Amino acid sequence: MKNLIKIGMLLSVLLPVTASWAAPGEVATLREKTSIDQQKKPGIIPKVINSDIKQARNYPMQPPVIPHKIRNYEVNLNTNKCMSCHSRQRTEESQAPMVSVTHFMDRDGNFLAEISPRRYFCNQCHVTQLDTKPVVENEFVDMHAIMKQKSLAQK
Amino acid sequence: MKNIIKIGWQTLKKPSGYYSLGALVIGGFIAGVIFWGGFNTALELTNTEEFCISCHEMENNVYEELKTTIHFTNRSGVRATCPDCHVPHKWTDKIARKMQASKEVWGKIFGTINTREKFLAHRKRLAENEWRRLKANDSLECRNCHNFDYMDFTSQSQRAAKQHSTSLASGEKTCIDCHKGIAHHLPDMKGVEGW
Repeated sequence: MKNLIKIGMLLSVLLPVTASWAAPGEVATLREKTSIDQQKKPGIIPKVINSDIKQARNYPMQPPVIPHKIRNYEVNLNTNKCMSCHSRQRTEESQAPMVSVTHFMDRDGNFLAEISPRRYFCNQCHVTQLDTKPVVENEFVDMHAIMKQKSLAQK
Repeated sequence: MKNIIKIGWQTLKKPSGYYSLGALVIGGFIAGVIFWGGFNTALELTNTEEFCISCHEMENNVYEELKTTIHFTNRSGVRATCPDCHVPHKWTDKIARKMQASKEVWGKIFGTINTREKFLAHRKRLAENEWRRLKANDSLECRNCHNFDYMDFTSQSQRAAKQHSTSLASGEKTCIDCHKGIAHHLPDMKGVEGW
């Protein structure tokens, strides 16, 4: 019991320190440095990229991003607009990429005839891209780049 | 009854004994103008958005849904109102549609869709009516504004240009075949071709 109290006290000393670690940095919030009593001038709403050109995936398991506009596409109990082009039956006519086979699997790995209910809501993973500058710099390094560096270092 | 008709017919058949031909012709002309003008004004009054959404069935369901779409608000401010898409512009077709619409008055009186639940239950049937109409008239109401001959494929997205320059151009498909649910939410699309 005494030990517990000690740990508690120790934590209460440490916690404010850990919290302050997150504070410095360029982007704290989308409000940036606007003072609390003022309204920040909103930025221009960027346009959705509508190029229809597939973008590279950053890692093999990345859900592909959507290269076209999806304004007013309904994905709900009644209908799934995405599937009117990307479903197995529709791809011949639409020439859109078919949803991958993993989408037909239930959680036990059984293949179903239609896309699995757990994969029904496309926008949970697949998103459109905006024509805008990123808020923070992306430091992501492709694993192939790392492997290349490694093999170069070994030589 | 038979006698009344007979007397009425004889009165019509007989030449006028009191009024001059001129008075009758001019009077008939003026009465005609008032009659026709009144009829058309009343007709046009029912052809406005305010009239449509004066019923809560329209205002709370379909009008609310329209508000989020590009046909309600967009960059250039051109917008489609209810009759632009749902009433033919040509007079004879318009009258035919208006006569059909008398059934909608019946529906209003008996509250066929007077709750959200009832509306949703009937949605598929209602949507199918409109799809059938637009399919039959080659999406005439779309084409009142969207003229195929003046479409610039180069300023369309690649996908759109491809489909418009093939299926639509050949007449194999019409607007409504692909553009269902552009102005209102969709019903259960199970079994609908192309979905």
